[in-house]
Amino acid sequence: MKPFTYERATAVADAGRSAAIPGAAIIAGGTNLLDLMKLQVETPDTLVDVTRLDMHAMEAVDDGFRIGALVTNSNLAADRTVRRDYEVLSRALLSGATGQLRNKATTGGNLLQRTRCNYFQDTNARCNKREPGSGCDAIEGLNRILAVLGTSDHCIATHPSDMAVAMQALDATVEVMAADGSSRNVALQDFHVLPGDTPHIETVLEAGDLITAVTLPKPVDGSFQTYRKARDRASYAFALISVAAVITIKDGRFDHVALAFGGLGPKPWRDPAIEDVLRGEEPSTALFGKAADVLLADARGYGHNDFKLPLACRMIASVLRDASES
Amino acid sequence: MDLSNLNPFSSSDHRETGHLKMDKPDTSRRLDEMQQGVISKSLNRPDGPLKVSGTARYAAEAEADDMATGVLVGAIIPKGRVVSIDEDAAMKMPGVLGVFHGKKLLRNPAQGTANQAPIQPDGEVSYMGQPVALVVAESFEQARDAAITLAITYEEDDDGVFDPKIAEKEKPDGKQIDQGDFDAAMRDAAATVDSRYTTPVQSSAPMEPHASVAQWNGDQLTLHGSYQMLNYNKNELADSLGIDVKNVRILAPYVGGGFGSKLGIAPEAVAAALAAKALERPVRVAMSRRTVFETTMRRSETSQRVQLAADKTGKLLGLAHHASVSNLPDEGFTEPVAAATHFLYGGGSRRFTYEVARLNRSCAGSVRAPGEAVGMLALESAMDELAHELDIDPIELRVRNMPEKHPESDIPYSARNFEDCLRQGAKRFGWADRRPVPASRREGDWWIGVGVAGAARSNILGESKALVTLNADGTALVETDMTDIGTGTYTILAQIAAEMLGLPLEKVTVSLGDSELPEGPGSGGSWGAQSSGSSVYLACEAIRTKVAKALGCAAEDLTLKDGIATGGNNRKPLADLLDGPIAQEGHIEPGATMENFDQAGYGAHFAEVAVNAITGETRVRRMLGVFAAGRILNAQTARSQCHGGMIWGIGGALHEELHHDTRDGHMVNGDLAEYHVPVNLDVPQLDVLFIHQRDDHANPIQAKGIGELGISGAGAAITNAIFNATGVRVRDYPATLDKILPYLPD
Repeated sequence: MKPFTYERATAVADAGRSAAIPGAAIIAGGTNLLDLMKLQVETPDTLVDVTRLDMHAMEAVDDGFRIGALVTNSNLAADRTVRRDYEVLSRALLSGATGQLRNKATTGGNLLQRTRCNYFQDTNARCNKREPGSGCDAIEGLNRILAVLGTSDHCIATHPSDMAVAMQALDATVEVMAADGSSRNVALQDFHVLPGDTPHIETVLEAGDLITAVTLPKPVDGSFQTYRKARDRASYAFALISVAAVITIKDGRFDHVALAFGGLGPKPWRDPAIEDVLRGEEPSTALFGKAADVLLADARGYGHNDFKLPLACRMIASVLRDASES
Repeated sequence: MDLSNLNPFSSSDHRETGHLKMDKPDTSRRLDEMQQGVISKSLNRPDGPLKVSGTARYAAEAEADDMATGVLVGAIIPKGRVVSIDEDAAMKMPGVLGVFHGKKLLRNPAQGTANQAPIQPDGEVSYMGQPVALVVAESFEQARDAAITLAITYEEDDDGVFDPKIAEKEKPDGKQIDQGDFDAAMRDAAATVDSRYTTPVQSSAPMEPHASVAQWNGDQLTLHGSYQMLNYNKNELADSLGIDVKNVRILAPYVGGGFGSKLGIAPEAVAAALAAKALERPVRVAMSRRTVFETTMRRSETSQRVQLAADKTGKLLGLAHHASVSNLPDEGFTEPVAAATHFLYGGGSRRFTYEVARLNRSCAGSVRAPGEAVGMLALESAMDELAHELDIDPIELRVRNMPEKHPESDIPYSARNFEDCLRQGAKRFGWADRRPVPASRREGDWWIGVGVAGAARSNILGESKALVTLNADGTALVETDMTDIGTGTYTILAQIAAEMLGLPLEKVTVSLGDSELPEGPGSGGSWGAQSSGSSVYLACEAIRTKVAKALGCAAEDLTLKDGIATGGNNRKPLADLLDGPIAQEGHIEPGATMENFDQAGYGAHFAEVAVNAITGETRVRRMLGVFAAGRILNAQTARSQCHGGMIWGIGGALHEELHHDTRDGHMVNGDLAEYHVPVNLDVPQLDVLFIHQRDDHANPIQAKGIGELGISGAGAAITNAIFNATGVRVRDYPATLDKILPYLPD
């Protein structure tokens, strides 16, 4: 671990200013950042601790439900409103990590988790995400856990979050405060960016930006919600593939359809084209297959992860079948 | 004239001397005659509260004034040599005290019972991650920072070998067996199996990472280390450092798991000792999890081919087991894949082949049940395949193939009870409800199936000494350099002494893990309890003889219970009987019974699994292990040992795999988030049943090894259950969902 300076932010505005200084990083739960600092994958000069800031609240607001950036994964998963109205989120949270980690991990930090790509974590391997321009040892390496959608010749990392996949299906919005004190809302769909030839840039955040909250729109009445996660062991394992679904059926046809996927791409994956295919249609095995075809139209396996394509097809069909029979 | 026949002590002279060479079976079963009633009981470990309250000090928790901390630096090339190390730059970093390298550093840990230094390569690099330097600083953080940034210049060779599939193989001498006419057996058989299996690299991943604290007092080295076999480790450490073993003391009172990875002295111990000597300060070196995975013993990956030839009743005519494994160049250890295949089943024509690839990949060595843990995954799966082929119940098939005598050496077996394990297990598990046709039971999105596999693990008695002192106040002290690696050694040695000396358990103190105490067998090969236990038993027998004399009765007539001696017409508390302490060394040596009888623990695993019909994920729903391992010394610690083995069996069957990149041999998944040992949710209720057994040929306490029996065959019961659930036969362990998915029934 490289020596660093520790600062404790006492006001939201100060946090952004401190974090805007090059070499500074914001720390909340630290469940990912500290691990990466020990490996020297992350080497900040300054840590700005935001955990004393007033961002711990969960509250109903006019247009939905607002989750403070410091709400822990445990508290969010256990919240009554979340369990009642946003079941998919509670399920996703509880499928992730361990009780100990969820007690520390925060809502804002979870969105900013770094990839679990083994080559990213190994400073002796080449990684364009860790060291831009150095190359990628994962593409021809052991890539079983890596992405099949949205990849580039520079990076095939996946985003590891479960929470963000559920939030993606819930049309969440991220509240961001900039270093100059101004606030803006970013749709979660637009929050993470694809790797292209700059895989080290993972979100639209700029230096000094601080996530202050995530807002969920009003719940979709009578929706079927589920979170399915396929993984190598029953707990404490990242998703090979996960599916978050918020679906309603009206007059025997799909009406509201929101599907988001983990483990497939570099960001919590949501593709409006699949939803367009489904909306207004009667559920059928053929339709489910068509939806999977649309999702995977541009998918590409890299060898060890080829299985993700048939697995995704099966999981989509299963979730849609359950939704239609609900 | 042969005077030995006139030995006045005849068969019971060990009751005078405390020494016994196990040349003939001991049918006296003396422990069964004792009166205290603590042996075999389910008793908590006295060290348990210390461990859960953090007051049991592990190696890295040893304290010393002025302690410095070292961090090992691993090579970042797979093959070549260190040309130079920029010590000056490192020394300018905050807190750095020294950079240590050179010809005494170890390439890898010593193999179990090596008793001498492992390879000291003097800068030659044979694998990625090989320790090439130790950076020592005032604080751990400073040392780690300097270790990561240490500039090392390497000369890299381009002829590294990384892929076991394409590597050239050596055929080790003495391991190739061809008996009868195996080809004819395959030709003439009514049914055959000819299947290939692979098992991956595994790491022991003990909860306590490997660590040493080295402290010198003049020429005297004291090492607090996390080690399993101090009687060997002290010699390995002395030899590595080039000093007299008299100047080495190793302390390991508590060890947080070993599983074979702490059998031999490892790089951190030697590096810590060298640095401590040079700096004239105590030095602590604790490995990170990644370093544990990179530089301690791995279980070799295996590629196996099992061939079975049977007549139409299922009787084996021939059997072959071919194994391909790997290790570093110049390492003598070859994973003994077919260890159990030699003795478990009959079949007159037999063939065994071994080949070893020399890879630039970390060192392969003993990991819990070397041989059986991987070999039985293949053998017991092949037996299931044969049963299916012949439409014979898998239990019946196994029972029909239990030989009268060892099918290769023709020697008799000691106590087995293999059939009892299978039959009693079948009854307890509800085997009769099994549906023999695969993929015939579905619950919602899950295919349900059950599987069985045999368990077997060779039994080994090791030479062991222990000193037992019975004090006049009715307390006793047991002393040996034996270790307790979480297995329950403290508890069972106290139970044996308490039972033999007629003392309440709390009156017995056990002192372990100090290399200056009498040499025990060390923890490994599942021989610890029986070997160390036998030496304690023998010491107690000799003490009993002295107590009997003091009381004025024959040793056979003496009863000791609750600190009171009874015999003849006398009854006296020990306090009245003894003038002072009676100290006696017990000494057991293996003898002819180990050569003339095939000794092993046996068992049967039963598993019920659910395989997700959508994703191919497998979850174990329940598991039963039935074991026959001689006298059970403590039902609870024995059961916990079996649980541990069965749990590793779940991991081995379903998800545990240490990946190495075949482009440069580097270890890929270096933490416990990505190296998937089973977590609580992977482990269902585990049921363990012990078969009542006394093995008179094993040792004078009739106990056999149990630490490795529980893993042997466990994973095969699970993959056999997957076959029963789905009709998918996974031969490429672990059975992750991608290997099942393409073949799932509709």
